[in-house]
Amino acid sequence: MNIKHYFRSFLLWELLKGLRLTGRYLFRRKITVQYPEEKTPQSPRFRGLHALRRYPNGEERCIACKLCEAVCPAVAITIESEQRDDGTRRTTLYDIDLAKCIFCGFCEESCPVDSIVETRIYEYHGEQRSDLLMTKERLLEVGDMAEQQIARDRATEALYR
Amino acid sequence: MIENLFNIISDHVLAPVVGWIVPEGYAASTLYTLEVLVKIMAILLPLLLCVAYLTYAERKIIGYIQCRLGPNRVGFFGFRFWGLGQPIADVVKLLFKEIIIPTGANKRLFVMAPVLAMAPSLAAWAVIPFDDTLVLADINAGLLYILALTSLAVYGIIVAGWASNSKYAFLGAMRSAAQIVSYEIAMGFALVCVLIAAGSLNLGQITAAQSGSILHWYWLPLLPIFLVYFISGVAETNRAPFDVAEGESELVAGFHVEYGGMAFSIFFMAEYANMVLIAVLTAVLFCGGWLSPFQGLPLLGNVSYLSEPNIFWLLLKTSLFLFMFLWLRATFPRYRYDQIMRLGWKVFLPITIIWIVVVSVMVVAEAPPWFN
Repeated sequence: MNIKHYFRSFLLWELLKGLRLTGRYLFRRKITVQYPEEKTPQSPRFRGLHALRRYPNGEERCIACKLCEAVCPAVAITIESEQRDDGTRRTTLYDIDLAKCIFCGFCEESCPVDSIVETRIYEYHGEQRSDLLMTKERLLEVGDMAEQQIARDRATEALYR
Repeated sequence: MIENLFNIISDHVLAPVVGWIVPEGYAASTLYTLEVLVKIMAILLPLLLCVAYLTYAERKIIGYIQCRLGPNRVGFFGFRFWGLGQPIADVVKLLFKEIIIPTGANKRLFVMAPVLAMAPSLAAWAVIPFDDTLVLADINAGLLYILALTSLAVYGIIVAGWASNSKYAFLGAMRSAAQIVSYEIAMGFALVCVLIAAGSLNLGQITAAQSGSILHWYWLPLLPIFLVYFISGVAETNRAPFDVAEGESELVAGFHVEYGGMAFSIFFMAEYANMVLIAVLTAVLFCGGWLSPFQGLPLLGNVSYLSEPNIFWLLLKTSLFLFMFLWLRATFPRYRYDQIMRLGWKVFLPITIIWIVVVSVMVVAEAPPWFN
């Protein structure tokens, strides 16, 4: 046992075994995803940039219940509301500070009218802090732009919700 | 081939220019100096290019071993060329960065340290024989010169660590100094074995003494010494798995934390130049230098261009050892500090001392097939 141990350590047996393993990996298929050209597949539950949705008739969905504001663990959402002339309650201010947001998706889960959602968009940037403050207008804009994808993702996931 | 090129440059470029500018009495000595300068350039420029592309090779090979692609974006003229432009881009980036000298630092030593680290690893190339005639300084104490210069490199590290006036740099310097000094001893004894076997301190003669066949090269008769030498070489250059001096998890970057820009990159280049030096020395001392591996073989040995000694064999062997450096780094986790010391003092030193005795006996007894 002792002799065998000495032989092994002097012949660098275990080191050679390690080198053989890494040597094999040298010729393995490489798994790097070359980002701008190649992208990894996304889940329909992907939590990217936020959006506010509208009903098909163009009326915004949000009823200013402030559940999202309450549930937001990063306190990234600020909402102010008032009663409109037709008696419905709507937001006058709906800000999400993306610098605070942790993209947990609680706002989306808590929303009773499927208004605030997280889209699959993740390639955006801000050059100033204010660029990362999503106002109501900007959120609605994102919603209008990505509505088809959002609706499709909600439909595929409807079964599990 | 290469000597002819030198002669042409000397006769048709240098001699007329010197004859035109320098007075008659000084012409010969000036010409000689210029010729040596041209030779130095001819060694150093390719070497520095090798150093630059060694960093690329390192990133690429380690990337491949980790199932990544490594750098593959920066190329030339809008083409990517597998990222071959990366080292150039890195150099340009480092050139344009500011060199910050810390307030508490000893300014003179702080600036001098990178030079102290870099110079020995370049100067050692003077005695490396690339061919049986192609050597800058064909001196009889080549091996001693190499040993002296590789030991000098530690001063750069110590001075850098001390002059930075930073505790992490100082700790890193202490570690690498202790490590280099310990492995220097094993390395020195390993070189003594080679010297006993070859009966010469001249690197060219050591290589010539190995001629015969691949089995006559000293890796076989001096097998444990060959391994000890290469592993000590890895430890000596502070490379993984012996890179406690860097120890980024506890020391940030070791002795060169306070350096930035070009000063840092000179340390970086010194490390890689040392790697190339160790690789080429291993090739010269243990793997027959410029000798062909097919020499003396029954079938392939008869093909003249395969069995002839050639500088390209030396370059090929050097690249193989450099690949080993990178392969080792990609494979092994870092040694603990006490394990490094144990390996150096309690394993390598006894092995080399015993093997000196064995080799001496073999040489005195003229043991076949190597020493008769």
